[in-house]
Amino acid sequence: MLKVSAINLLLVGVLLLNLFMLGTSRIRALIQAAALQGVVLGVIPILIGAHRDWNAGLIAIATIVLKGSVIPQMLYRALRDAQIKREVEPLIGFVPTMLLGALGTLLSVAFASGLPLEPQHRELLIVPASFSTVLTGFLLLTTRIKAITQAIGYLVLENGIFIFGMLLVEAMPFLVEIGVLLDLFVGIFVVSIIIHHINREFASLDTRRLTSLKE
Amino acid sequence: MLLVLIALPVLAAGVAAVLPSDRVRPYVLPLAGAAHLALTVEAIAAGRHPSLGGWLALDPPGRVVLLLLSVLFAICAVYAVGYLRYRRELSNRVFVPCLLLFLGMTTLVVCSQHLGLMWVAVEASTLATAPLIYFNHTPRSIEATWKYLLVGSVGIALALLGSLFLAYASLGEDSSLLFGDLLGRAAHMNRSWLQVAFVLLLVGYGTKMGLAPMHSWKPDAYGEAPGVVGALLAGGLTSCAFLALVRVFHICVAAGEGEYAARLLVFFGLFSIAVAAVFMVGQRDFKRMLAYSSIEHMGILVLGVGLGGLGVFASFLHMVNNGLTKAVLFLAAANIHRAFGSKSVDEVRGAMRRVPLSGTLFLLGFFAITGSPPFGPFVSEFLIVSRAFAADRFLVAGGVLLLLLVVFTGMGRTVLVMVQGAPSPEGGRTSYRDGLLTGLPAVFSLALVLLLGLHIPAPLEALLRDAAGFLGRMP
Repeated sequence: MLKVSAINLLLVGVLLLNLFMLGTSRIRALIQAAALQGVVLGVIPILIGAHRDWNAGLIAIATIVLKGSVIPQMLYRALRDAQIKREVEPLIGFVPTMLLGALGTLLSVAFASGLPLEPQHRELLIVPASFSTVLTGFLLLTTRIKAITQAIGYLVLENGIFIFGMLLVEAMPFLVEIGVLLDLFVGIFVVSIIIHHINREFASLDTRRLTSLKE
Repeated sequence: MLLVLIALPVLAAGVAAVLPSDRVRPYVLPLAGAAHLALTVEAIAAGRHPSLGGWLALDPPGRVVLLLLSVLFAICAVYAVGYLRYRRELSNRVFVPCLLLFLGMTTLVVCSQHLGLMWVAVEASTLATAPLIYFNHTPRSIEATWKYLLVGSVGIALALLGSLFLAYASLGEDSSLLFGDLLGRAAHMNRSWLQVAFVLLLVGYGTKMGLAPMHSWKPDAYGEAPGVVGALLAGGLTSCAFLALVRVFHICVAAGEGEYAARLLVFFGLFSIAVAAVFMVGQRDFKRMLAYSSIEHMGILVLGVGLGGLGVFASFLHMVNNGLTKAVLFLAAANIHRAFGSKSVDEVRGAMRRVPLSGTLFLLGFFAITGSPPFGPFVSEFLIVSRAFAADRFLVAGGVLLLLLVVFTGMGRTVLVMVQGAPSPEGGRTSYRDGLLTGLPAVFSLALVLLLGLHIPAPLEALLRDAAGFLGRMP
């Protein structure tokens, strides 16, 4: 029982971080929030795991180190090297996206209640937290202009999928672990290669300048 | 056996990466392509032969896709040798290994019989193709690569979420995710989770296929990538994503959710054809026009599967036709692009005069892809439309016919302007003229398309029947 409420507390933290990310106007704060979310997510599987082999431990450590430290450091570096303005530039304002995010969280809760869960998962907030985080990632991806904020959006989207993976971590640890690791790899790949090349060619990470290709 | 088929291109990629000479390196491509084709023919003749505990096997739909993939790669490999001769100014140290990795990873998609492994393979093939799109190192190609990676990664992430949902739907005492086991357990799956899983997987793998409205990466990527990469993406990668989608659809059918899933497929199919038709009219960039044509034909593929019955057979036939015709079009378009130094319709005139072979191929390829007899796509499109009539879906059939007409006129105006007339003497003169290596692969591909229109060879027909029968059979 204590375990369930601890996990739910962490998941509520994840939900609050989602809203914070949608509302913040500083890229640094956005990166920090995403990193914190990553660390929280790394802790959850340790709490859930009934069987604690060291595979699960390794994955947790890898998640915490990569999501909490390596990727944020890369993003900071990109921010510094490209000398981007520190403000997030939204296509849709902060308040409307926050409202959308809040609405999305409500809908996630409603939608999740319609999906039948295994008895041991019924008291957890995993499904709504997962939907809401995926949605937050989507909102960041589509309503923020800079390439760096879009990359963060992708990382948040991944976090949402990671949360859902917690439901399956006992039944099929392999699938979840491989999915998590590959997603992390792609996240790093996307962040590093593209930011590097966009830096060099455009000396800016503004995707508005990436608009020569359109109808 | 299948392990060899997958490992061969990956090893060849390693060899290509360590070869020091830009001049010699491209020759690895046709060598690996030929070996892959020989092994493919042998593997298909030998049957299923599962390996790695059933994780790898050649199911009947996989055989069709594998054959298409291997033939297409062999054609493109020969072309690539000729193409890279014209691009001596750029190093191909990344390009050639990535082409080979692409072949290896798409083969893995085809052979994987495990939901998770298939997802990993699709992901890997996306990563392997990103540097190919970036080959020209222009700002526009970065933009295209950025969109391709970002949109593609989001799509694949959703496919992972869908795979997890599907896994959750199938939770039980046995939690294997092999397709055979999933099909066997399908009747006991939780329906609500399965429905959401199918939507997520359709959106995810549909993004890789380039179904509208998840197609936004496609015109950019096909427009900026070298033509040979466009041919491989439009004919190979999209067919693999189609296969992944069909496998998931198969599970839905087995679970008794076939009607629900088929409705979604028909909707996305029609929507893709419509979006493609709208954007094809008045398109000034002929490589982007081909991208919209690819969106249209991906729509036709899922439409055929959604209609069921004979439509499944026709869809697989159309996949082969579309892949080979796209090779003709993209390779010819790349030659024309090279000869005029432009891919805008405003500057390309009289392609038939300046590059007679490529101009003719482009024109014939246009007739083939828009479903004119006697080429292959005519047969498969005819079968799909007649299946719609047979199933009393008159609105669907009428809509498709109308949209195909719009596509024909829209694409026709662009193509005819390009190939006819006289090239303007001052503008866009380059030293490129048709050569053997850049001409013959497209000629060969067109010959195959023509053959498929006149007579489907018996072995291929047997493969297609097996595939359709496999998907139609309830476990």
